[in-house]
Amino acid sequence: MTQQKNDPTLQIKPEVPQTASIWQHHHILDVDDFTREEIELVFHTTQAMKEVLSRPIKRVPTLRGKTLITLFYEPSTRTRLSFELAAKNLGADAASLSATASSVAKGESLIDTLGTLQALGADIVVMRHPQSGAPYIATKYIAATIINAGDGWHAHPTQALLDLYTIHEHKGKLEGLKAVIIGDIMHSRVARSNIWALTTMGVEVTLCCPPTLLPFGLDRQHQHLPSVNIEPDIELALDGADAVMTLRLQLERQQSGLLPSIREYIQLYQLTEERLARAKPEALVLHPGPVNEGIELSPAVAHGPQSVINEQVTNGVAVRMALLYLLAGSQKQ
Amino acid sequence: MKKSLLIQNGRTIDPSQGLDETGSLLIAEGKISWLGKGKETPPQADYDVLNAQGLIVCPGFIDLHCHLRQPGFEEKETIASGTRAAARGGFTTICCMPNTEPPLDNQTTVEYIKSKATSEGVVRVLPIGCISKGRKGEELAEMGELASTGAIAFSDDGEPAPNSHIMRQALAYSRAFDLPIIDHCEDKALTEGGQMNEGVISTKLGLRGIPSAAEEIMVARDLALAQLTGGRLHIAHTTTEGSVDLIRRAKEKGIRVTAEVTPHHLTLTEERVIGYDTNAKVNPPLRTERDIQALIQGLNDNTIDIIATDHAPHTEADKLCEFAFAPFGISGFETALGSLMSLVHDKQLTLVTLITKLTGEPARIIGNKYGKLGTLAIGAPADVTLFDPALEWVVDTRVFASKGRNTPLAGERLKGKVMATISQGKLVYKDDSIKVKER
Amino acid sequence: MSKKVIMNQEDIRRTLARIAHEMIERNKAIENLILVGMHTRGAPLAKRLAANIEDFVGTKIPVGTLDISFYRDDLSSLELQPTVKNTDIPVSVDGKSIVLVDDVLYTGRSIRAAMDALTDLGRPQLIQLAVLVDRGHRELPIRADYVGKNMPSSRHEDIQVKLKETDGIDEVAIISTTVAKEGQ
Repeated sequence: MTQQKNDPTLQIKPEVPQTASIWQHHHILDVDDFTREEIELVFHTTQAMKEVLSRPIKRVPTLRGKTLITLFYEPSTRTRLSFELAAKNLGADAASLSATASSVAKGESLIDTLGTLQALGADIVVMRHPQSGAPYIATKYIAATIINAGDGWHAHPTQALLDLYTIHEHKGKLEGLKAVIIGDIMHSRVARSNIWALTTMGVEVTLCCPPTLLPFGLDRQHQHLPSVNIEPDIELALDGADAVMTLRLQLERQQSGLLPSIREYIQLYQLTEERLARAKPEALVLHPGPVNEGIELSPAVAHGPQSVINEQVTNGVAVRMALLYLLAGSQKQ
Repeated sequence: MKKSLLIQNGRTIDPSQGLDETGSLLIAEGKISWLGKGKETPPQADYDVLNAQGLIVCPGFIDLHCHLRQPGFEEKETIASGTRAAARGGFTTICCMPNTEPPLDNQTTVEYIKSKATSEGVVRVLPIGCISKGRKGEELAEMGELASTGAIAFSDDGEPAPNSHIMRQALAYSRAFDLPIIDHCEDKALTEGGQMNEGVISTKLGLRGIPSAAEEIMVARDLALAQLTGGRLHIAHTTTEGSVDLIRRAKEKGIRVTAEVTPHHLTLTEERVIGYDTNAKVNPPLRTERDIQALIQGLNDNTIDIIATDHAPHTEADKLCEFAFAPFGISGFETALGSLMSLVHDKQLTLVTLITKLTGEPARIIGNKYGKLGTLAIGAPADVTLFDPALEWVVDTRVFASKGRNTPLAGERLKGKVMATISQGKLVYKDDSIKVKER
Repeated sequence: MSKKVIMNQEDIRRTLARIAHEMIERNKAIENLILVGMHTRGAPLAKRLAANIEDFVGTKIPVGTLDISFYRDDLSSLELQPTVKNTDIPVSVDGKSIVLVDDVLYTGRSIRAAMDALTDLGRPQLIQLAVLVDRGHRELPIRADYVGKNMPSSRHEDIQVKLKETDGIDEVAIISTTVAKEGQ
């Protein structure tokens, strides 16, 4: 018998994480209760979803017969579309309910609206709401699976997961990397979720912002808060960074006395090419979108070679498909 | 002729007389008529008997700060439902705040409260009048008229007295009636939009915070004005370590200030808000363990004079919404004793101190105009509370007499329960297990 | 519980050699063939078959792997989703002859899912099925083109396939879950 040249019996199989023993979530409300293993499972599943997205037919029948409804109390085209596409790519039906100021003014409470969604047969509700904690009410009052697409200042878990996936895809790992988050941390759910997820994965996080926009307690050790560095000087903060995350500045912050002017913010905190050069040469520039060009990012950086902003959008669909897949299952009580 | 009631074989604790002994107590014609030690029985034989074995018998609790919502917000509470809830909590005298609609800034509204309390209430209700007309903080209310109609103090509670000039005048003017000005200490410029204590939990939950400094700034201001005017200041719902320090130093200087703390600020921290439970949303907010320790220390060294519930009922629908839209307030009458007893069981507070802060001390602030309150002395009104210090029970809001079910303690197991309440000689609440034997 | 080994390493090697010869015999245009192994144990079997074919006729046949997690029809009754694995077919499937390779053929539902997956990837000219063991109890009209061994089994029995690449040993066994009667 001839010796096989490449004896297939000798190949070593890579370790595949086992969903059943790792995945703990019935809803996705926040990323602060995701274990490291769960986040790695999300990455693994996202990779499979990216493969589906690379096919000529970007569709699999996994969630056939399920209905996903997006309930957005804040306008957002890209996140809403991202979820709807993720659902459709998995064969689910997607519909959207945008609760505008007028329906709220008419007196239809959140509880009433949730009841309506239940009556309409929603299996999955994706909620974006201007008040922190709103999705938690949903989990108590309807049977559907709830995904938080952003609640007030509190959390935007799917954004953090796609941000981390994007960094991971480029760098091959997260442990030991240095990430800097620049901008209005106080009012940012993207910042909070990223702080939690990045620190869980062993990334060293530095926060760079005007002191008036830094929330209480992050500058000290506490059991409820992760350990981060605070550095208000942007050039010092960027030193040796592998990833730079810039946050959108709400222009109203100046009116509420938190900033003397937008002009000063730009002078101190805008990410320019010159400042970016302080980071590592292959450092990634991320932004949750939409970008205020000329405010948090200079146009050159926004469109430059280190920006992965568009990849974040692509990965967003794949990550959301992965999460929908992991959440689907038998009806929970 | 009404029958007398003998409360037999209980442990009588009356700090006003330095009493702590097993014995019996006879109530006749709405007053305490006889006290006996051990197995002693009264000379006359015509009385019903309530077996108080294993129970503590003490003066009826006095609450210097509560919200009865009537007139104007009867869906949240009425004098009828509120006084019944108070009775279930062992309170025989309650002082209601004037943030009603219309507010209690004139004789007519105070008379209304008094008449409703007489006709529909089951415990003594003493009204608190407004500091300012309409609670607007701009002009002084007619304190003289309010005092003569029956107000026992003045407050714009719900709101602070924001205008320092008005607060100064109020403290000075009230000296004519020797009545305290009760201030809800909050610097509104710092707390606008705030939802909970500003701290690590508010950062974690993404909620705008209410900093401790907002309370301490107004406490300091009010203490300075009390010193300036010589008026009587009472600090409502003290919640921070800083406030306790300020009050302590003020008392050392001889400033005429008294202070209160609520049961929830003594036992619950900001961590209760995790999960966005709107029942834990209260103003001033739940603070930190460190603040709790300072408040307990304050009770023990008499920096803080009394415990008051700040009973603030809301409807279920009111609280069933996004955290930011829910009104502030905890329904506190019916869980007060149970939650406070945890401090006694943990040996942070003695039973005598607890009872003093709920009876003798509030009575001292109110004064004697309505009889000798907060005592079981012979001849005093028969306001008596009986409680079992060790009984474990689960808080079931469905059996509350209050219309307000809004408590973060729903479903919790507490150790210590009011078993019977007697208000002016009448048994206004008793637990099903309490039997009254007729002679 | 009792275990009976039906095929050992040598049995498996001979069977795979025989199947490879059958594939060569039945596919005139062997260069049009793709072997697609179904996770988990179909994948190493597909590799071994391709190695055999290359050994016998010198043609290198492309080998792919297929994950059917997204196509299963029992997802809504599962508590948790199965872990997804790689679908990786290195060439286009259009116009090709695909041989699906799996370790055990049972109800046929996995094969139905696999065919749905393949047709979503393109338009094969032909799909055939090769399995190491056919244990019967089909619930759909599906049959294998190449069978290593027919093992009629009862529903109380479990066919356990172990391969060196995944389990460290080559072995096919029947595990009986009922207690054998006395004297049998």
